[in-house]
Amino acid sequence: MRSALVIAGQEVRIGLRNRWIVATTLLLAALALSLTLLGSAPTGTVGADPLAVVVVSLASLTIFLLPLIALLLSFDAVIGEQERGTLILLLAYPVTRWEVVIGKFLGHLAILAMATVVGYGSALAALLLRGGSVEGDWQAFAAMVASSVLLGAAFLALGTLSSVLVRERATAAGIAVGVWLVFVLLYDTALLGLLVADQGRLVGPGLLDVLLMLNPADAYRLFNLTGSESVRAHAGMTGPGESGLAPQVLLAALAAWVLMPLGLATAIFSRRQL
Amino acid sequence: MRDLVVLEAVTKRYGALTAVENVDLALRAGETVALVGHNGAGKTTLVKLILGLISPSSGQVNLFGSDPASRHGAGLREGLGFLPENVAFHGAMAGRELLSFYARLKRQGRTEVDSLLDRVGLAEAAGRRVSTYSKGMRQRLGLAQALIGSSEMLLLDEPTSGLDPASRAAFYRTVDELRSEGATTLISTHSLAEIEGHADRIAVMHRGRLIALGSLDELRRAAALPVRLTFTVTPCSTGRMLERFGSEAEVIGRSESRLEVSCIATEKTELLRRLTGLWHLIVDFDVEVPGLPAVYGLLVEKEQRQ
Repeated sequence: MRSALVIAGQEVRIGLRNRWIVATTLLLAALALSLTLLGSAPTGTVGADPLAVVVVSLASLTIFLLPLIALLLSFDAVIGEQERGTLILLLAYPVTRWEVVIGKFLGHLAILAMATVVGYGSALAALLLRGGSVEGDWQAFAAMVASSVLLGAAFLALGTLSSVLVRERATAAGIAVGVWLVFVLLYDTALLGLLVADQGRLVGPGLLDVLLMLNPADAYRLFNLTGSESVRAHAGMTGPGESGLAPQVLLAALAAWVLMPLGLATAIFSRRQL
Repeated sequence: MRDLVVLEAVTKRYGALTAVENVDLALRAGETVALVGHNGAGKTTLVKLILGLISPSSGQVNLFGSDPASRHGAGLREGLGFLPENVAFHGAMAGRELLSFYARLKRQGRTEVDSLLDRVGLAEAAGRRVSTYSKGMRQRLGLAQALIGSSEMLLLDEPTSGLDPASRAAFYRTVDELRSEGATTLISTHSLAEIEGHADRIAVMHRGRLIALGSLDELRRAAALPVRLTFTVTPCSTGRMLERFGSEAEVIGRSESRLEVSCIATEKTELLRRLTGLWHLIVDFDVEVPGLPAVYGLLVEKEQRQ
C-alpha cells in the first residue's frame, strides 16, 4: 500500500506540473460561479433557499462535466505509461501490479477531489459574500459535493479499466469517449424510449429502479435531486414515496461502480504479460 | 558461490513465435555477464523473465531463490536495479524529482539521490525538466535510478545504444567500478567489440536459444578460431621456420622478411617451442587473437549450419 501512495503522490505532482489541477479547478469554479450567480437571480430575495438552487444546478453540471474530466484523467493511466515506455521500469521496482492501478486511481481521485471541492467551494463562498442567508440546506450541499467526488471516482475507475483493457492509447481514448456518451447522454434517452414503447407492460417500478442504478450518472442524479425536501421542491421532483430508492442504496450503487471496474482493472492488469 | 539468478529450461512463446527456447543460465554473485546477440535474439525477453514481468511458457525462473512472477515478486525486486532498453521518463518532471520518486519506491532517502546525481554527472542539470535532456543525459539518469539502493543485482538492457563514444566510455567506467565493488551485473548488448574486457562471462543468444556461455577464452576455444601469428624475420629465413612448424601451421602470407601463419589456439605455444634455436632470426612478432565479434560470427555460423 505504501508504494501505491508513493505512486499517487507522483500522479498529483504530475497533475500540478502539467496544469491539470489548475485547469479543472478553474473550469469547475467558473461554471459553478456563473450558475450560482445567474441561477439565484430568478429566485431573488423571495426565494426560499438559494443553496437548494445551487445544489440542483451544480448537480446537473456535475453529471455532464465530472465524468468527462474523470475519463480524460484516467484513460491514460496505464496505457500512457506503457506507450511512453515508463511502465516496464516502474514494474521493475518493488511494486505490485495492484499498487500501480490503485496508486494511479488514488492520485487521480485526489486531483478530482481537490478541483471539485475548491471549485464548488468557491461558488459557496460567492454566495456568502453576496450576503445571502447562510441558513439553508447545508447537508444537501455537502452531500452533493461528496457524491460528486464519488461519481467522479466511478468514472475514474471506468477510465482506468479501459486503460488496462487495450494495447493502444488511442483505443483507450475511444472507449473513454464511448463510456461518456453511453452513460451521460444515450442511456437516459434509451431508457425513456423503452418506457414509452413498453407502456408499463414489462418495465415496472422495480425494474426501472434497477435500470437507473445500472448507470452511475442516474444514481447520482437521483441521490442529489431527491435527497432532501428543499432540493426536491426546486428540482421539480415529485413528493416522497415516489422513488423506491433510498439514498443509502444509491450511494451503494455508486460505490459499486467504483469498486467493480477497479477490481476488474486490477485483476486484468495482474495477469498481463508485458 | 551463490547463484542470484537461475533459469532452468526456460521457454517463452508468444503465440506461434518462440522468443526464448530452452535456456539454462545461472548468474553467480559478483560476476558480470554479457548477454550478446542480434536484435530479436531474445535478450530483452530473458531480462523480462528475470524481472517477473512475464512468466515462462515452460521451465523455471528463479531470482534470489524465488519465482519473480509470483505474488512475492515485488519483494524480490527490492534487491534489483534495472535499466531498460531506450529508457524513458515523464518529460514534464525534473531529473531530481524523478530520481526522488524512484528512491521513495525503494525506500531510500534524499542523500542517496544527490550522491547518485553527482555520480552520473547530472548534479547541475538535476533541476531541469527531463524533456530538455539529451539522449546521453537521459541514459545517465536511467543508470542513476538503476543504482538506487546499491542493489545486489543489476540488469542493464542495451545500456549504450544511441550513445556517443565518450558517453559509452564513461558508462563502461561506471560498470568497471561496480564490478570492482562486487556487484552482480547482467548487461545485454549487441555491440560486441564494446563489451570485451568488461565481462567475466559471455552468454551468446541466437534466435531465442543460448548457443554459448563462458569466458571469452572458453568461447574462443569452443569456436576453435585460428590464432594468427605474424613474424618479421631476417631476409630469407622463412623457409627454415616453416620446416619447423610442419603441418600444424597454415601459411597465410609469406614474403622475404615476413611470415604470417594461422594455427589452432591450443597449438600456438607448441609452435613457438619448435622455434627454439631460431629466435635470433626473428626481429619482431605479433599474436592476433580473434575478438568477440569474430567468435560470435563463427558461433552463429556454426549454429545456422546445424
